[in-house]
Amino acid sequence: MIRITRKIEFSAAHFYHNPNFSAEENRRVFGKCNNPHGHGHNYVLEVTIAGEPDPTTGMVLDLTELKSILQTEVMERMDHRHLNYEVPELAGQIPTCENIAALIWKLLEPKIKSGKLDRVRLYESAELFVDVSAGNGARA
Amino acid sequence: MKISLSRQYHFAASHRLHTAKLSEEENKRIYGKCSNPYGHGHNYIVEVTVTGPVDPETGMIANLTELDPFVQREVIEPFDQKFLNEEVAEFREEVATTENVCREIFRRLKSFPLARLERVRVEETSKNSFEIEAENTLDEVRA
Repeated sequence: MIRITRKIEFSAAHFYHNPNFSAEENRRVFGKCNNPHGHGHNYVLEVTIAGEPDPTTGMVLDLTELKSILQTEVMERMDHRHLNYEVPELAGQIPTCENIAALIWKLLEPKIKSGKLDRVRLYESAELFVDVSAGNGARA
Repeated sequence: MKISLSRQYHFAASHRLHTAKLSEEENKRIYGKCSNPYGHGHNYIVEVTVTGPVDPETGMIANLTELDPFVQREVIEPFDQKFLNEEVAEFREEVATTENVCREIFRRLKSFPLARLERVRVEETSKNSFEIEAENTLDEVRA
């Protein structure tokens, strides 16, 4: 099996606030990420597809197709957006790196037709990232 | 679906690769310039990976306001700007190779109470990295 990884970057704003918490609790749990004016990151997304190369093309999947899936599912949805207000799939969730990466997994998995989505790695900064993978048969 | 959170930390420390179990000549042969009696140092990068359910109230596997001070207290404070061979008790017995440093960091962090420690990866330089994983990876998170 071969794994192929494509990297893209998007920039987005967010802040953390849970309406079930008091203002004080929000500040305690989320710290400066609770600033209601929001802040932003240059997110780096690595998408890994696993499969056998097609004997005719030598490719696990056509990268042009993957590029276009990433453009539609991730870039158009999230790039230069405010994740709290402009991504309906995140409504009611705190837009943490965990929740964004899990959403990206859910958006991409059904779109990958050749090979299988193996891992989504989302960097919020060089020092913080989240990995999502299929796990052992467990499904969302 | 399995989900994990990884966070990088840094410390700078010196060490010397040398063991009293071997002769001076053997130490020199095996460890080469790393056996220089005056020691040498590295900017270590420690990548800590934890797994666990994503708390729906916070959207988090582990809050960095809790993970960061834990790693700081257990690893960074005792290791940073230290001579590992003398100042970290475990390396008075064990050779302070990055394999052993990695394993010692894993031992110190596995008691983190709020998520499960899955992996510790240590970069000694940008060219060498070492990692250790929790052995039982079956209790995966259903998110």
